[in-house]
Amino acid sequence: MIIQVPPTVPVVPEQLDPSAVPLAVPEIVWSAVAPALVLMIGGILLLTVVSLVRKPLPSWFHATWTVATATAAICATVPLWQRVQDNGASSEMAGTVGLDGFSLFVTGVICVSVILAALLLEGYLRREDLVGPEWYVLMLLSASGGVVMASANDLIVLFLGLEILSVAVYVLAAMHSRRTSSQEAGLKYFVLGAFSSAFLLYGIALTYGATGSTNLAGIQTFLADNVLVDNGLLLAGLAFMLVGFGFKVAAVPFHMWAPDVYQGAPTPVSAYMAAGVKAAGFAGLLRVFVTTFGPTYREEWMPMVAALAVLSLVVGSVMAIIQTNVKRMLAYSSISHAGFILLGVAAASDAGTSAALFYLLVYTFMVAGSFGVVTLIGRKGDGRHSLEDYRGLSRARPGLALVFTVFLLAQSGIPLTGGFLAKFYVIGAIVDEGLYALAAVAMLTAVISAFLYLRVIVAMYFAGPAGAEEGSEEPAEFAGPPVRIPAAAGLALGLALVGTLALGIVPGPATEVTRDATAELTVGN
Amino acid sequence: MTAVIPVMILLPFLGALVIGLTPARRAEVFRPIAVLASGGTAAVAAYVLTQFESGEAGYQFVVDRTWIADLGISMHFGIDGISLFLVLMTAGIFPIAILGAKPHHDPKPYYAWLLILQAGSIGVFCALDLVMFFVFFEIVLVPMYFLIGMWGHGRRTYAATKFFLYTMAGSALMLVGIFALALLQSNATGDPLTFDIVTITDNLAVSTTAGRWIFVALAIAFAVKVPLFPLHTWLPDAHTEAPTAGSVILAAVMLKLGTYGFLRLGIEMLPEASVWAAPVLMTLGVIGLTYGAIAATMQKDLKRLVAYSSVAHLGFIILGMFSLTTQGIEGGVLIMVNHGITTGALFLLVGMIYERRHTRLISELSGLQKVAPVMAAVFTTVMLASVGLPGLNGFPGEFLALLGAFSGARWWGVVAVTGVILAALYLLWAYQRTFHGPLTAENASMKDMTGSEFAVMVPLLALIVFLGIYPTPLLERMEPSVEAVIVHVEESVPGFISPDPGLERRAVGDHGDGAEEGEG
Repeated sequence: MIIQVPPTVPVVPEQLDPSAVPLAVPEIVWSAVAPALVLMIGGILLLTVVSLVRKPLPSWFHATWTVATATAAICATVPLWQRVQDNGASSEMAGTVGLDGFSLFVTGVICVSVILAALLLEGYLRREDLVGPEWYVLMLLSASGGVVMASANDLIVLFLGLEILSVAVYVLAAMHSRRTSSQEAGLKYFVLGAFSSAFLLYGIALTYGATGSTNLAGIQTFLADNVLVDNGLLLAGLAFMLVGFGFKVAAVPFHMWAPDVYQGAPTPVSAYMAAGVKAAGFAGLLRVFVTTFGPTYREEWMPMVAALAVLSLVVGSVMAIIQTNVKRMLAYSSISHAGFILLGVAAASDAGTSAALFYLLVYTFMVAGSFGVVTLIGRKGDGRHSLEDYRGLSRARPGLALVFTVFLLAQSGIPLTGGFLAKFYVIGAIVDEGLYALAAVAMLTAVISAFLYLRVIVAMYFAGPAGAEEGSEEPAEFAGPPVRIPAAAGLALGLALVGTLALGIVPGPATEVTRDATAELTVGN
Repeated sequence: MTAVIPVMILLPFLGALVIGLTPARRAEVFRPIAVLASGGTAAVAAYVLTQFESGEAGYQFVVDRTWIADLGISMHFGIDGISLFLVLMTAGIFPIAILGAKPHHDPKPYYAWLLILQAGSIGVFCALDLVMFFVFFEIVLVPMYFLIGMWGHGRRTYAATKFFLYTMAGSALMLVGIFALALLQSNATGDPLTFDIVTITDNLAVSTTAGRWIFVALAIAFAVKVPLFPLHTWLPDAHTEAPTAGSVILAAVMLKLGTYGFLRLGIEMLPEASVWAAPVLMTLGVIGLTYGAIAATMQKDLKRLVAYSSVAHLGFIILGMFSLTTQGIEGGVLIMVNHGITTGALFLLVGMIYERRHTRLISELSGLQKVAPVMAAVFTTVMLASVGLPGLNGFPGEFLALLGAFSGARWWGVVAVTGVILAALYLLWAYQRTFHGPLTAENASMKDMTGSEFAVMVPLLALIVFLGIYPTPLLERMEPSVEAVIVHVEESVPGFISPDPGLERRAVGDHGDGAEEGEG
């Protein structure tokens, strides 16, 4: 990896007397990176503590630690949020770390996804007999990478964050040591992820070549002050970076890995990937494309993003309805959700960014909740994911079936759930830009994917016994061992349910926060 | 007093919540709770009727609270002369549907979903904010989906899914239309963004082209819901497979969401586009009413026959409303209410027959009159009301709608009259085949109506007779609002003069300024 010295650092040719010509080391503003530090140190400390204690610690300890760490990270964003609201956005450490409402909001979303996934993991690991701290450590480290990525104000830092985020998740995907599909998922994710990272890095290099800076504010200023006569290099850079981000957020046509990986990975990890990793990916995408290249190159990248969005919407929803594996269905549906969020990006406006952020928040609750239910239904071995395995759930576990129904209906965008408003805001943002056709396509694909959610509901509620004639009033028998709901998983589902419904019924506070959370680029001190 | 609308929406919802929190093994309490909650709502609605100022054109019982301040979305509700009787009918038909049919299994979710459905339906008729309207319009899908899917007959899964997807596909474009309308309106007037129906109606500022596009987007959603030919194919399936209460509610309430939407968000809010689209919609209405009637004649299944008769009646409503005359719109609203009563009663009766005979095939039913004379009498009355016999409640609405159509669009009216004849054909023929004829062995043991079943039908029969003889209480309350709509359309559309024969009457009266009144 080539590390380019940021141009803001003066290059000192000869250092005869170090005290006479000080090397400009940027001041480290610890508070600006506090959330990322909390997550990272929390993860390392957890690893240290479990290594020092002789006896294996109980399973709940790791989960509680992780939840506490993520909560602490959320708390750390509060004073920063206040500072940003009072003094405006700033960027620290030679302009590499942006401190604005946007980065803090995404930090919060990532932490929420960590909390939900950790709660799901607790019971999962006990059930699968895989108890250990590594899962939580990796998740915390990956989350810290996501936070770095969300607050990166420099392409190199952004790449750094992306790698911290991804490497940990590659491992997490392969952590279920007894399921070959998990290992296959890990490998697949790693190979394709590394490939996409290379694309991103190549894009960064080309962008640097075209603009002379990796600093986002520097790029923005450069493009505002100069008109590139020959912008081929920059356009290639933009395209390559879009490919890199497209992989991370699983946008069509860079989505090939997602169904296999989501299906193969341990289910709580899938929840984290769908919620947290996607949020970080979108954060990077929004900051680089909307904020940095928004004012000058919108005309060039907007069609590209819009095309990705439409492809994701159509392919995601159409492919989802022909699946019979619920986990795979959710993977495809997450692709179509990515399409919706991409539309918010394509709007390239403040409203679009707010809509995308709101969507990410709601989506975190919906998808973590959905994968949470899938985790429980999977039962020992994490293998019961076919639609058949949901048959008759409404009788065996009426509460669980109802909760899943809420998540599914929320994902299809039924009002009074957060899912409706998420779609509503995105539609508003793109209609405001006059992109009526895109809005119509988005809503129609939402109907297509509604069919998929209905299929699961049909299996849970309406289906008769296997092989019975349709219309028989005979209720279906729920097959397989009974579903156990560990306390932590119950808590996670409860939180996700409250989040999903609250955002749909009392959206005011969250809407205001997303409105204030606009990304700004400022030149560092 | 001003809180009556929230009470009507929240009361059934609270009932559903109570049912949800009661353990499922206490199966005997769910029905009483449901009756209490829905009946209480009906009582509140009756109170609304007594408090309603009948001379007013504007909205009454208005509630306005901010929901999402950023986007100017508010919880704005109100009732005017048009929505008053739809709210009353909705509030009243639910306790009857709950009392008139029992679920075969899972009483707990059954009653909970029905109550949620009642809350949502009342919400649509009272909503005065586009987003609120959409929220309620869409939310009613979920309970109905579950009612059909869980307690339905035959191909219930197919019917439920088809119903859900059709309606959702329709409203998909509506959301885009709503947003486009609000944003373009805000751009044109320079006012902050608002989704308020009253504000937008009073000073619509979008361009003619945009207004027409938005109308198309909304009209597709309503046309699916109505359902208007050729988007009606979900209806026979959904109606036939739904449980009795579900069919009653579908016919009485949910179809009216579409026609009400056409009136409130179409004619009233987008007058220019409505005038522009009126010929097309009237044509579709006329096609629907003749096609529905012909299709009903051909049905072998009694319930499917009633379902197709709904397509025909709803065609009448559309024809009346888009004649853009006072009579036509009044007739349309009257049919909305009366169709709810008669078709609700018909579905209840068909449900009773099905409970006894486990078949709805007309060919398998014969001579029922001999074993069930009371049921035959009730069926006759309801059927004749549905046919539009003068003196029963079907007549005034159809007459007014036809009158409106004749003054505005004569040839559409001429074709529509054949629908009346066909209605007599299919219903009388069905009655004849089912209740007359030789009594076959399978039908010989059929029991007549029980006392409680008859008690459920009594209020419906009373209304059928009362509203047939004396529809004035309805007309005098809705007239100011309807005339205000016509005046509003005439003022907003240059060169448009309503072909309304009652025009002079309005010039003499002082209802003309009613259009300016936004708030009640």
